[in-house]
Amino acid sequence: MGPHISIKGEIITEFFGFPITNSFITTLLVLFVFFFIARFYNSEIEKKDRSLGFYALHGMITWLYDMFKSVLGKNINTFFTLVGGFFFFILLLNWSGLIPGVGSILISPPLAHEEEVMIEEGEAEHGSGKIPLLRGGTADLNTTLALALISVLGTQLFGFKFLGPINHLKKYFDFRDPIMILLGPLEIIGEIARIVSFAFRLYGNIFAGEVLLTIIPFLLPVFLSFVVSPLFFMEIFVGLVQALVFAMLSTVFINMAISTHH
Amino acid sequence: METETMRLLATALAIGIGALGPGLGVGLIGSKAMEALGRNPEAEGAVRTTMILAIAFAESIAIFSLVVALIIKFV
Repeated sequence: MGPHISIKGEIITEFFGFPITNSFITTLLVLFVFFFIARFYNSEIEKKDRSLGFYALHGMITWLYDMFKSVLGKNINTFFTLVGGFFFFILLLNWSGLIPGVGSILISPPLAHEEEVMIEEGEAEHGSGKIPLLRGGTADLNTTLALALISVLGTQLFGFKFLGPINHLKKYFDFRDPIMILLGPLEIIGEIARIVSFAFRLYGNIFAGEVLLTIIPFLLPVFLSFVVSPLFFMEIFVGLVQALVFAMLSTVFINMAISTHH
Repeated sequence: METETMRLLATALAIGIGALGPGLGVGLIGSKAMEALGRNPEAEGAVRTTMILAIAFAESIAIFSLVVALIIKFV
């Protein structure tokens, strides 16, 4: 029996006709965890004697704040809520796929009848027709695409807000200068390409990590499959770097959008 | 040629050729970072952070080709 690899999240159940995938369930769990960590941080910050966990979290937030401050300058307090939120949410989503049990707890798919035929074909390929109950949040393209859309549309919104509609639209439609007539459409294409590159970078990295961790133990005899454990550390590092890259790129693009042209 | 054979070949070629450019890029980034570190050892922290970010950007090109390879393989 070969490993089970699917490049998209599988549908677990339906909620009023709205499909609930296994990635979505993990994302909801991560949201709960995120909420309680935020509550913990907020309650500790008002106390006199704080716990060690608070200082660990606080050190990370301060490090992130200083890093973004070197890019954004005096606007940091406006945007730190957004990009810091991006960082911590994506970090937890990336790491959620590495928790033991995520991806390895299999259930039989509760299927609607018209999909039955399609899955049976897949069954021959993958060995068993079971699907994982949980799946890493960012290992699904829908999650990363949603995050990329928030980032790019948010950048546009901040451009309108900080520069004013006329100055912002001048970046894309400027007919006084022959060079700008040609460059404007290129900028629009660049914005659309940015959504794709944001989404695929995060999805590709995390999904490739999951595939790697699934494939490596199957290449070796069972008693040698512990060699996969260093790769877990690599995936933890990759998850951190990709969360940082996403947040940092959003910061740089926001900074470009709110600063005046030339 | 069989479709399945072609598929395997396409998967291997997509990731194989796609990894060439980013490999060169990551090597160049690393060598330049070492040079910068040799000239200016006290800027180690800043150089390291920027280097890792730049490597992640170069690597993302390889990741795109990996996604293409995985799509060819599994879809």
